[in-house]
Amino acid sequence: MSSVDIQTVLPELALAIYAMVALLGAVYTGKDALAKPITWITGAVMVVIALMVAGGDGATAAFGGMFLDDAYARFAKVAILLAAAAVLVMGEATMSRRGLLRFEYPILVALGTVGMMMMVSAGDLMSLYMGLELQSLSLYVVASLNRDSVKSTEAGLKYFVLGALSSGLLLYGASLTYGYAGTTLFSGIITAASDGHVGLGLLIGLVFVTAGMAFKVSAVPFHMWTPDVYEGAPTAVTAFFATAPKLAAMALFGRVLFDAFGGAIGDWQQIIALLAVLSMFLGAIAAIGQTNIKRLMAYSSIAHMGFALLGLAAGSEYGVQAMLLYMAVYLTMNIGTFAFIMSMERDGRPIADISALNQFAVTDKLKGLAMLILLFSLAGVPPMLGFFAKYGVLIAAVQAGLTWLAVAGVVASVIGAFYYLRIVYFMYFGDEGEGLELNMSPAAWVALVGSAAIVILGVVNFFGIETAAAAAAQALVN
Amino acid sequence: MNNLLSIITFLPLVAAVILALFLRGDDEAAARNAKWLALAATVATFLFSLLLLTGFDAADTGFQFVEEGSWIMGLKYKMGVDGISVLFVMLTTFMMPLTIWASWGVKARVKEYMIAFLLLETLMLGVFMALDLVLFYLFFEAGLIPMFLIIGIWGGKERIYAAFKFFLYTFLGSVLMLVAMIYMYVDAGTTDIPTLMSHKFGSDTFSLLGIQIVGGAQTMLFLAFFASFAVKMPMWPVHTWLPDAHVQAPTAGSVVLAAILLKMGGYGFLRFSLPMFPVGSDVMACFVLWLSVIAIVYTSLVALVQEDMKKLIAYSSVAHMGYVTAGIFSLNQQGVDGAIFQMLSHGFISGALFLCVGVIYDRMHTREIDAYGGLVNRMPAYALIFMFFTMANVGLPGTSGFVGEFLTLVGMFQANTWVALVAASGVIFSAAYALYLYRRVVFGDLIKESLKSITDMDTREKMIFAPLVFMTLLLGVYPSLVTDLIGPSVEALLTNFHAAIPADAAEMAQTASH
Repeated sequence: MSSVDIQTVLPELALAIYAMVALLGAVYTGKDALAKPITWITGAVMVVIALMVAGGDGATAAFGGMFLDDAYARFAKVAILLAAAAVLVMGEATMSRRGLLRFEYPILVALGTVGMMMMVSAGDLMSLYMGLELQSLSLYVVASLNRDSVKSTEAGLKYFVLGALSSGLLLYGASLTYGYAGTTLFSGIITAASDGHVGLGLLIGLVFVTAGMAFKVSAVPFHMWTPDVYEGAPTAVTAFFATAPKLAAMALFGRVLFDAFGGAIGDWQQIIALLAVLSMFLGAIAAIGQTNIKRLMAYSSIAHMGFALLGLAAGSEYGVQAMLLYMAVYLTMNIGTFAFIMSMERDGRPIADISALNQFAVTDKLKGLAMLILLFSLAGVPPMLGFFAKYGVLIAAVQAGLTWLAVAGVVASVIGAFYYLRIVYFMYFGDEGEGLELNMSPAAWVALVGSAAIVILGVVNFFGIETAAAAAAQALVN
Repeated sequence: MNNLLSIITFLPLVAAVILALFLRGDDEAAARNAKWLALAATVATFLFSLLLLTGFDAADTGFQFVEEGSWIMGLKYKMGVDGISVLFVMLTTFMMPLTIWASWGVKARVKEYMIAFLLLETLMLGVFMALDLVLFYLFFEAGLIPMFLIIGIWGGKERIYAAFKFFLYTFLGSVLMLVAMIYMYVDAGTTDIPTLMSHKFGSDTFSLLGIQIVGGAQTMLFLAFFASFAVKMPMWPVHTWLPDAHVQAPTAGSVVLAAILLKMGGYGFLRFSLPMFPVGSDVMACFVLWLSVIAIVYTSLVALVQEDMKKLIAYSSVAHMGYVTAGIFSLNQQGVDGAIFQMLSHGFISGALFLCVGVIYDRMHTREIDAYGGLVNRMPAYALIFMFFTMANVGLPGTSGFVGEFLTLVGMFQANTWVALVAASGVIFSAAYALYLYRRVVFGDLIKESLKSITDMDTREKMIFAPLVFMTLLLGVYPSLVTDLIGPSVEALLTNFHAAIPADAAEMAQTASH
């Protein structure tokens, strides 16, 4: 361990130390009253670290190749940090109104974020697992943050049990990989699999590792936990689940597939393609019958993960770039949408029924319009960025000769458009109903209107993140 | 002015943004301001587009007023017009002020209503000017959003069903086109429309799932684009969304739908299908011709039995669009000229007919044909205007409807006599349903109690019809106004088309050697 190594992991280290200091402080004073400042400070610390990460350049492998810092990791980390900060800050008011704002919440989110940063920087199956578990354990706990609610505890438990199963699958795959490749380092695995031919043992290892990661991105058929966890967890926490961890898992997916198994694209391409097409269709079809908007968003995220996997399935540099762009747009849309969903109330109680949105846009035009933009963007209708995200992954798929997959994708997106339109329908031309009170904190308002503005104004120049994504993809694939 | 096209396109958008941001309040004054601002913006757009028309050089078959700039994801912001598109731009800018003016009586959510229409105008204009595949797709698709809201918010009783059907039908058609566009980009390495027009896409027969695909990739691409444009036209049998959308949409929505949105399909065939996939178009031409004549005859017959005025006119639109597709796929000068002419003329005539329905709907709040009768007794001016457009719809010589139908029939006759024979029978059917409608609504004694106090058109309504009457007559007696403008571009299009088809190319070489 040299000073260079320390310097490379400085962002992670800083966030981890901050989390522990905050934990100590809060434990010794023992007051949940500190929760509010800690939430805001955590958000600020994350933004500062994001800036720190964004300033880095070049590619460094620290700790003997176990920890990689390259453009790919940095892109993912900045997105993760910003998303986590946004979700923390916009959810603060809601959480405290519901009496859920314990000081553990921001600290657990910070620790989970450290785990995610670790995941996307992993250069070894061991460091991968460390990051993954740190993230998962934090998430299990925040899912059941609402201790008095059966649904919330059920969500946490379900998430934990199924998460443990997936970790088991992943570990089993990792052990097989180690057995047949003789190393856990990605750089070693890729040499073992570089002649375009993967031995049977390594192949089985690959399949299990893939299954474990597919669980984390909630790709079909490993998606079963998603709707229940989304529904059961407090909405502000759901907003967190829907954003940063998804990107972290997807980035990790890319890391493993390209850095470790990059020599065997032909072997995993069909697996990913299948995961993608199943996710797109299940996400689109199963969401139609949902009346709970949180469950609907769960299926929506499954469908979106299918599209992002489309980029990975292409197995090309452009595919990775398209996937990263897709995820960045996905995060933006989800932050905005969840800022809205978590403010939905009636008589001071949270409400998640879609029909509560009846005529909402008539009474509150600006927020209605922001939601309209976000929903059409989620559906992939131009000129919103959601369309360009889909356009990118579709190009990647067609370039890779997976035209059938692209056709399947667009058909699924039409089916999916129906349920987004249904929400628009309730908001704009539904019947007069019981109505809805939108108890929105200024932070949530900024998140909603800001993300809607980003999604529509991005059509001008994509805010320049294209070049960043391209650099990231280049760092990963070459 | 070298960014005239951008000014024309985005002027309504700017007005919409101003309305959205700076116009406060829901009172009467705000509504009035919204109406006037929208009208002013659309009129200004029309005036700018006149500059476009005067600066347009008909002899030049290339794209004019071209603007180009870099954009995201390797795409280009490229706009331009040629002889084929310039008149559609004019049609749009001409119809929009009338549409806004016709909406003077809207009561609910006036500001949003005007914003939706202004937004729609920008998107429609963009469709006709875009010279980048994805930019085209963007405008083409984004137009669904305001139209969805227009039908859904200001529509009739069954508006929700109609709005969903409209959106999902057209969306499904367009996404297949999107995949085809992506394939084209991957194949040609560019999304630039003029470059793609000279790019030769594969046309070697291959077999897919055991089926021999004659024309190869071109046929597949043609079919993918066809899925989108046929729905948009709409062609039989994918026309069923149109009657629903028309019936439920507010009057102005119907006018825009009939006069402009339907033209996007025909424009798409001329801009993409024919020049980019000549072999595919040639392979499928016969199929499209027969679909078109089925549409002409079948929907004319369906129109005969309608109880709802708007539905009747909607079916008549489908029939008239049948002439357009048949004309285009006759693949000769008269046919294509006639198709474009028919689209423009149908824009004025069907727009006017929907406005005619709107006039009595505003008074009686019903579109049931049976609820009317004998209107001539109390509404002589209305009877005259309605008569005029009914005749134009039938294709009476002297009106623009005649020229369009005649030219397309001449084109069809050269391409396929049988098709022309069947299509010509549609002329008789259209006379039947149009006159039958007119007789039931306007003639006879005024016996219905509810109609006894109906008032004739006021000055505003008459003024709205005046330009439409003028254009219908002008194009009817002086059609070369249009054909001179579009002729050279159409000729270039067809020359390139025939040169690209192997059999035709061989024939041409033979004639040349003689």
